[in-house]
Amino acid sequence: MAEPILEVRDLVKHYPLTRGILFKKQIGAVRAVDGVSFALDPGETLGIVGESGCGKSTVAKLVVNLERPTSGVIRYKGEDITRLSGRALKAVRRNIQMVFQDPYTSLNPRMTVGDIIGEPYEIHPEVAPKGDRRRRVRELLDVVGLNPEYINRYPHQFSGGQRQRIGIARGLALRPEIIVADEPVSALDVSVQAQVINLMERLQDEFGLSYIFIAHDLSIVRHISDRVGVMYLGRLAEIGSDAEIYEHPTHPYTQALLSAVPLPDPTAREHRDRIILTGDVPSPANPPSGCRFRTRCWKARERCEVEVPELAVPEAFRGLRGPAAHPSACHFAEERQIVPAGGGGNGEGRDSRRETQ
Amino acid sequence: MLLEVRDLQVEFHTRDGVARAVNGVSYAVDAGETLAVLGESGSGKSVTAQAVMGILDMPPGRITGGQVLFQGRDLLRLKEEQRRRIRGAEMAMIFQDALSSLNPVLTVGAQLGEMFIVHRGMSRKQARAKAVELMDRVRIPAARERVDDYPHQFSGGMRQRIMIAMALALEPSLIIADEPTTALDVTVQAQVMDLLAELRRELNMGLILITHDLGVVADVADRIAVMYAGRIVETAPVYEIYRAPAHPYTRGLLRSIPRLDQKGRELYAIKGLPPNLLRIPPGCAFNPRCPMAQDVCRTEVPPLFEVAEAPGAAEGRRSACYFWEETLHG
Amino acid sequence: MPEPQSRRPDDNGGAIAATGAGGGMDLATSEGGTLEQRPGEPGGGTGGGAGGEATGRPRSLWSDAWRDLRRNPVFVLSGLVIVFLVIISIWPSLITSGNPLSCDLARAQDGSRPGHPFGFNGQGCDVYTRTVYGARTSVVVGVLASLGVAVVGSVLGGLAGFFGGFWDAILSRITDIFFGIPVVLGGLVLLSVVTSSTVWPVIGFMVLLGWPQISRIARGSVITVKQNDFVQAARALGASNPRMMLRHILPNAVAPVIVVATIALGTFIALEATLSYLGVGLKPPTVSWGIDISDASPYIRNSPHMLLWPAGALAITVLAFIMLGDAVRDALDPKLR
Repeated sequence: MAEPILEVRDLVKHYPLTRGILFKKQIGAVRAVDGVSFALDPGETLGIVGESGCGKSTVAKLVVNLERPTSGVIRYKGEDITRLSGRALKAVRRNIQMVFQDPYTSLNPRMTVGDIIGEPYEIHPEVAPKGDRRRRVRELLDVVGLNPEYINRYPHQFSGGQRQRIGIARGLALRPEIIVADEPVSALDVSVQAQVINLMERLQDEFGLSYIFIAHDLSIVRHISDRVGVMYLGRLAEIGSDAEIYEHPTHPYTQALLSAVPLPDPTAREHRDRIILTGDVPSPANPPSGCRFRTRCWKARERCEVEVPELAVPEAFRGLRGPAAHPSACHFAEERQIVPAGGGGNGEGRDSRRETQ
Repeated sequence: MLLEVRDLQVEFHTRDGVARAVNGVSYAVDAGETLAVLGESGSGKSVTAQAVMGILDMPPGRITGGQVLFQGRDLLRLKEEQRRRIRGAEMAMIFQDALSSLNPVLTVGAQLGEMFIVHRGMSRKQARAKAVELMDRVRIPAARERVDDYPHQFSGGMRQRIMIAMALALEPSLIIADEPTTALDVTVQAQVMDLLAELRRELNMGLILITHDLGVVADVADRIAVMYAGRIVETAPVYEIYRAPAHPYTRGLLRSIPRLDQKGRELYAIKGLPPNLLRIPPGCAFNPRCPMAQDVCRTEVPPLFEVAEAPGAAEGRRSACYFWEETLHG
Repeated sequence: MPEPQSRRPDDNGGAIAATGAGGGMDLATSEGGTLEQRPGEPGGGTGGGAGGEATGRPRSLWSDAWRDLRRNPVFVLSGLVIVFLVIISIWPSLITSGNPLSCDLARAQDGSRPGHPFGFNGQGCDVYTRTVYGARTSVVVGVLASLGVAVVGSVLGGLAGFFGGFWDAILSRITDIFFGIPVVLGGLVLLSVVTSSTVWPVIGFMVLLGWPQISRIARGSVITVKQNDFVQAARALGASNPRMMLRHILPNAVAPVIVVATIALGTFIALEATLSYLGVGLKPPTVSWGIDISDASPYIRNSPHMLLWPAGALAITVLAFIMLGDAVRDALDPKLR
């Protein structure tokens, strides 16, 4: 396998909670991200799913260097980028770009579309000579499926889906290798979501992009991702290929999450395995000891309270081959099929179901 | 029939012209039935519900035609005072954003209790006891201790339960839930939908569920009305519509969503954008986006055709498409 | 760190949002007017098109605001008054040939007569001429004080909002202190030691006491804008701090500052008159409505005209600026847009 293009190790981000008006005293910390490790291969899409407050958006901000981690490393092609600044940081930013969730706040309303998409070239003038920038912006508009004639319009003249395309064009301008997309379609109408998802997949093939795709919608993540990581309260609960996570989940949280997703199929109502979790997600300022999921977990025992489960292939599956043997941070991991087997012959294409048991 | 909306029309007067948000919507809900109204933003699904509830902002909104028959009475002909007495007591609404729907400076106990003081003339003490009972009923843990908490002290899921409790307080016969779980996380969403479905069964209420989520609809609805540009384009029992949609828009929506249970190929995408309500295309509003559109679709507004999968089989299905047969079998 | 709640499509976005007064924008432009499918749309038969045609020519928010303002009678009326005021303060000789300082005691307190429509004041000066020349002082004081307040306030407030941290906390406490100072009392104390008869001490005093208000507004506005994703996007592209401030934050944060500074302009003019009336503001030979009002007040029973004309001019001027500010706020308010 090729060297990963991005490697995240033991990433931690704590936001201090302070009290006091002028002289601040730290009284605690929100542990937004608390030890997350993963790797991203070239050309791959890594999906990160989780509920609000699990830290997935913070991971996105850390990877694109909008926030500095409290500890841990992020290696881009082997080089730790978490402590870079100035010129070196700017060079890395060229290669790691972001697409934002809200197409209404991610574009400056006072700038024309041409200025928005052209701004990357102003910040990195070495990428495109001045006379060539307009042409490149038009080209980018065309690439994302917008009329190049729209170059002088303002963002509020576009619909949400079109704005998201503009945001994607801006992200592509510097020809980055990695794009971090934080909920890129969740603010869009259902019929427009598919357009943007298809666009992102096409661009990935065209430009050889690697994606980190962050979303709360498990169906969309499955559709677009090669591998999926499930986050809960600042940590990864389980990570594996899409088939491993969706068809052979071993972490109880993943199982509960999958079982809660309503399927667009009324016939699935009766014979579905529903796990209804009780209670709410605990506060990341005061997470439970041991396993963070134990307060809502039906399998929790004493061990979960005292021993933090590490993200590794669980003992029960160690040495075994097959889709259940993937990293899962649970002391009592066991396979449970939640999602009913896919709908008939529609499942062909892409690398869907070729796992052997 | 518990509620019957007939040919409802609502307009909005804006600076740039008249937006026709609802253009002749008819639907019906029976006691104990769940009707899902499915549509994207601007489809008019929420406006219809607001007109039914009588909470539409007028102006700029204006109901220009139609009837809203609730237990046989046309609500649109009632005086405001009479409507107010129906609201809350006989029909109630649950909103998407529970935080902004609850008054932040009043305890949840006070807000729940107020319903009983205003509508039932109870004393403060009785009302408080009722509030605790309601909170228990929507399974808020430690209701007795939490009755004096303020809305912001509850999590999103718990707040939505309080909203449900409020809607249920006077045991109305109809509940309208407008995107009740859209702002919630998926595990919490499941809890809230389960609760809602159970209470509906228990109290034999009619439920109108307004949503854009095809998954939620499939989970709980009995019937579906699909809305597009202020019209109902298809209505059918839930099983039939998912098995064989009879309108190209419904079919497009169903095909365009990624599935949890399969890793498909490229997603089907409905081309174009939802229409501008100020300039709804002539003929069938969906025609510029429709792969099946013919000349007739561009000039004539299609009526709701009776749909029968096999000849003679009446299933209560309707589709506003000239080519419903082709769509159904295609 | 709580993550932002996902915004999902809701029905209200389409119709309801567009129904607020002047809120038709959303509908008119965001959802696209006619649907045109471009040939060769990527994605082939199933691929999505985004050919939604936006209506009309390109428009910026400023040109939208201007379009709104032109249709607003309040703006047109107050704008005309202000344009008139500015013109006569630059060229007072356009509408009067007299000299505000040439007075004839023999005509003191006389009423209106041909060539002297407003009559004469206690010193026998022509009230009409003095009222016209008084506009210059008021406009100069108002405009300069507003400009000074806007510049000082938005630079300090803007920087505090952008960088946050220690200096932000310091600045906030300083503005708190300033808010505690009663303006007129402060004027009586500070300006009574000044002997200069120019407008500068008065303007300086107004800037000194006025900047905290603007600074607080600028700070809040910058913090709000800073949280927008487009600022984050610029940062992710490697934009420098000056670039983010000037290109992304300033143009989006400046509207409330302009509105408040315009309204403040009216209040500064009134404040100048108040201070002059109390004898600590401008001093003769400067011509000012405040001085004239002060001079006329003992004679209000016998010769009300001496008071009414400068006081009326003052009231109209202050009102015009405040109404202008209101109109501008309505046009720029993003909530209505």
